[in-house]
Amino acid sequence: MILIDALLSGVTLGGMYALIAMGLTLQYGVARIMNLSYGEFLIAAAFLAFWFFTGLGVNPPAGLLLVVPLAFLVNWAIYRALLTWLVARAKTRAALEVDSILATFGLLFVIQGIALVAFGGAYYSYSYLAVPVSVLGSTIAANRLVALAAAAVIGGGLYLVMTRTRLGTALRAVAVDPVAAQLVAIDIRAAAAFAFALGGGLVAAGGVLVSMFLTFSATMGVLFTMKALIVVIMGGVGNLMGCLVAGLLLGLAETLVSRFVDPGLTLAATFTLFLGILLWRPAGLFGKAAR
Amino acid sequence: MTFLPLIPATLLVAALATLPLYADGYCLSLSLSLLNYTVLATAWAMFSGPTRYVSLATVAFFGIGAYSVAVLGEVLPWPLVLLIAAAVGGAVALLVGLSTLRLSGVYFVVFTFGLAELIRQLVTWYEVNVTRALGRYVFVDVTQAQIYWQMLALATLVFLTGWLVGRSRLGFALRIIGDDETVAPHVGIDITIVKVALFALSAVFMTLAGAIMAPRWTYIDPAIAFNPMVSFQVLIMALLGGAGRLYGPLLGVIPLTLLFEFLIARFPNHFSIILGLVFLVIVYLVPNGVAGLTARRAAR
Repeated sequence: MILIDALLSGVTLGGMYALIAMGLTLQYGVARIMNLSYGEFLIAAAFLAFWFFTGLGVNPPAGLLLVVPLAFLVNWAIYRALLTWLVARAKTRAALEVDSILATFGLLFVIQGIALVAFGGAYYSYSYLAVPVSVLGSTIAANRLVALAAAAVIGGGLYLVMTRTRLGTALRAVAVDPVAAQLVAIDIRAAAAFAFALGGGLVAAGGVLVSMFLTFSATMGVLFTMKALIVVIMGGVGNLMGCLVAGLLLGLAETLVSRFVDPGLTLAATFTLFLGILLWRPAGLFGKAAR
Repeated sequence: MTFLPLIPATLLVAALATLPLYADGYCLSLSLSLLNYTVLATAWAMFSGPTRYVSLATVAFFGIGAYSVAVLGEVLPWPLVLLIAAAVGGAVALLVGLSTLRLSGVYFVVFTFGLAELIRQLVTWYEVNVTRALGRYVFVDVTQAQIYWQMLALATLVFLTGWLVGRSRLGFALRIIGDDETVAPHVGIDITIVKVALFALSAVFMTLAGAIMAPRWTYIDPAIAFNPMVSFQVLIMALLGGAGRLYGPLLGVIPLTLLFEFLIARFPNHFSIILGLVFLVIVYLVPNGVAGLTARRAAR
């Protein structure tokens, strides 16, 4: 069944997009940093997972336990070292947005340049759990299912943390109104740093999972940044449920177009979907009308 | 109301126009690339300076211009080719502007972030599926000196347009939008029309720059024409110089074009890293550009 085939791989891809976008929505919604170098961290994690697996014999799910905390620390350090300066300088939210766009755009080229020097422009992949599993009469590689399950666990865990714990509630409060959040004794600078680092951890998790079943190269980060941004905006900034729905929508649209129309037109499909949703609901699927 | 700056400007253009008569090939090609970046950075700042909407799509329009020449250069007379290229670039800008500039600035940034890649994919798809050849040869009978003169004319035109826009109602409206987008509609400004018009205008100049430069390559493919590095370099130059003033970008173009020329020859593999670091330094240390610094000193 070619349709079920396409739907299955669309859902796995969409699940990845949703997970990646959740991290970006934390960075943008809570920390107010529009991070254009986001996808570079995904590629860095993918290369790390590749190196762990082929060089050290550590399998990707175990690699996840090493890569994610590392990414959390690195992103926390980046926020503290590079971005707090911009936050302190910015007079308005719009000014911070422009500054963070510019700074992370520079960071994008630095990280991508380092990856190009280290790995060259070639495509990388490795074979982990590449055994066929039959689902609903169609076959799918086991690594895709593992990745999807891991993404669901991580995404579900994040959702519970954000909705059921004090920490999550504090983060959501900062996302809604940073000034009012201070009035109820939330340290918004610590919350922003934490949200940024958490976003970095999520994108690294996405990178490890994606590397299990997709080929990747040093220059591909920009594509993931773009898709994560599109998913975040389509779903409504700061909304985790929106990420899930928009991510799945994007994954399905891309897979269906590449399977039934032409693989060269996936990006066109992405942008058409993006524009269509924006023209219909300017604040995103789940966003409240802002401004 | 003063026309005084026009006199030294005219003299400068006249002096620059004589360059091909005595300069050697390397000097001419360097000057050409200076002019090219001047056009791109000034056109970029024309829209993004006053509105503070960061456009990352410079190379999308530049590439459209280059491709128009590659497709039509041999079949149509040159002025007509330029006209068509400008029309295509303007139309794409209108389409993008009308669909994203009505919304918040972030959507515009995200869209321009992907626009070059989107157009590159579409052109690649078209070339692979319809013409069945990825690259194209650009055979246009034109000397380097002629390209230089055309680019000089375009640069003059950009500055003249920017100067006129700055003194017109349109430019005034644009500055109000940049200062406070909530106030602007209350004083009777149709903010969407103004933003879209300026975006299209700046896009036309970028497209023309791409069209004029295209014959220098002789061979182009989508990866060459839509190289994201160009958008990045233009952004750096405009920011270093200062996007708030008409002459601002020029102050960034001259040192950085020379620096990049040197870097790409000496460190071709590390070019992108150094470029990113240079850019970070500019964002952190000279946020308003060199023009902003000198203006602040003068105001003191």
